Amino acid sequence: MKKLSARRRHPLAAVVVLLFALAVTGGLYAAFAPADTAKADDSAQSLAIEEGKKLYSVGCASCHGTGGQGTSDGPSLIGVGAAAVDFQVATGRMPLQQQGAQAPRKKVIYSQAEIDQLGAYIASLGAGPAVPSKSQYSPDGADIAKGGELFRTNCAQCHNFTGKGGALSNGKYAPTLEGVKPKHIYEAMQTGPQNMPSFPDTTMSEKNKKDIIAYLGEVNSDKTKSPGGLELGGLGPVSEGLFAWIFGLGALVAVAIWVAARTAKAKKS
Amino acid sequence: MSSQDIPEETLPSAQGAHEGAVATAGDPFADPGLPPHEHRIQDIDEQAARRSERVVAMLFTLSMLATVGFIASYVTLPVDKNIYVFPIGHISALNFALGLTLGVALFCIGAGAVHWARTLMSDVEVADDRHPIEASPEVKAKVMDDFRQGAEESGLGRRKLIRNTMFGALALLPLSAVVLFRDLGPLPGTKLRKTAWSEGKMLINQNTMQPLRPEDVQVGSLTFAMPEGMKEEDHDFQQEIAKAALMIVRLRPENIKDKRSLDWSADGIVAYSKICTHVGCPISLYEQQTHHVLCPCHQSTFDLSDGGRVIFGPAGHALPQLRIKVNDKGYLEAMGDFSEPVGPAFWERG
Repeated sequence: MKKLSARRRHPLAAVVVLLFALAVTGGLYAAFAPADTAKADDSAQSLAIEEGKKLYSVGCASCHGTGGQGTSDGPSLIGVGAAAVDFQVATGRMPLQQQGAQAPRKKVIYSQAEIDQLGAYIASLGAGPAVPSKSQYSPDGADIAKGGELFRTNCAQCHNFTGKGGALSNGKYAPTLEGVKPKHIYEAMQTGPQNMPSFPDTTMSEKNKKDIIAYLGEVNSDKTKSPGGLELGGLGPVSEGLFAWIFGLGALVAVAIWVAARTAKAKKS
Repeated sequence: MSSQDIPEETLPSAQGAHEGAVATAGDPFADPGLPPHEHRIQDIDEQAARRSERVVAMLFTLSMLATVGFIASYVTLPVDKNIYVFPIGHISALNFALGLTLGVALFCIGAGAVHWARTLMSDVEVADDRHPIEASPEVKAKVMDDFRQGAEESGLGRRKLIRNTMFGALALLPLSAVVLFRDLGPLPGTKLRKTAWSEGKMLINQNTMQPLRPEDVQVGSLTFAMPEGMKEEDHDFQQEIAKAALMIVRLRPENIKDKRSLDWSADGIVAYSKICTHVGCPISLYEQQTHHVLCPCHQSTFDLSDGGRVIFGPAGHALPQLRIKVNDKGYLEAMGDFSEPVGPAFWERG
């Protein structure tokens, strides 16, 4: 020990101590880490909740309160369920950039794994709709025509008959459904984000929702066939009439003026 | 602008020198007359005229070919084939071919006609003087004589029976048109005041076609219902649903500001007519946080938490509420028809 103590002021002593400490930490980690993983397998849910809570405290708590109870800046999240979290965060609506009439769709900040952890934490605060499984929202085998009927009854009043969106009051609007994933459409119907009313399974069955998603895939996706060509936003007769009056009649007027302005005389005057 | 700025040749005195001029010297507002005729290149050069002829003939031929193309594409192209055309995007091949060929066919006829008229048809200016419209006194006298003679020969003044029966026939004829007005009726009777709702009719969810239970309806959800016993196959379904369409919303009872509205709800579930009281558009743009319903036609806004009161827009009446309750079997049912006519106001409504 004396020998060791004598060399404690050696220039390399600090390096040796540091290496030793690192080796011990690493060794300890190697010894305990597998055990930790095994424990996590048993309660992946509680770990996800734990991780979700951390993410929540950093990213969400300032508006929604430390326990999801809500503040004057954001609504309570108790009972909204993981489906609401998945919709709001995975479409980039949350976290909010600034307070306003409505949270717009924007760049997604969290990874899907983080979103699932956040969802697990919010779901642990109170029972709410869970994130739907692929078999619930996949439009395979759904009745597109029935979906169209349901869409026109329940959704078209705000989102337009092919889901192009529309205006509401005081700066609020129904967003376009173009390029929205089936999962998020399903979650929106299930949870009723922002001012959209919800359409729970009790009043609109899972099959109904599937049909609606299939209808949207048919009329409002990159696979949509548009036999008429130029859609002009798909907003109906208003934009079409505007186009015909301005560009159609405008072209006719321009041609008429051009024809009359040119002279056929040999001697140009 | 002083007279110095005006070029010499455009002054009336200079213009008056042209042929056909009627100006008298010294009259500042004299008719300048027609300017001298200028020839077109086609009038002078036979080669150019033949070129123009060929262009016109080519345009008409192109039109013929386009018409043939129209018929050919109608016959050959399948209805469901889609192609990509810049800048239109994806479009049905048949629609595109039909539009293009018909457009070319019509355009070429028009363009050919315009080119023909402008380059080959005579463009010599022709003056055609006006002449009096009035007939000469001799012609006038002859017409009056002829009329008098005709009237005498027809015996209209002498044979009174013919005259009177003819007047009778002419007077009665329009009555046949008048009686047809009955077909505008019959009067609507109570149709404007009554809907398919009546006491004890259950509320049927329009998505699932099942009777609604109060627990199905959550706060913030929106559901549409129709009266029990109606089927989409019924011949009068569209007429009836146009009046009976119902919007079901659940509010927290403490949020319902209107006392009557609260009495008419069941467990906070309120049922309102879906028909705007302005001109009858279906309204269901429901904002679940504000409990406002907007009409897409003229932006009338109703507050469902306050008895359907109009808070914005041209609508003149609050949205009619249907009185509902939970029946013994646990389903929602109507306690009668709407207490007031649904939809827009009408003359006799008062």
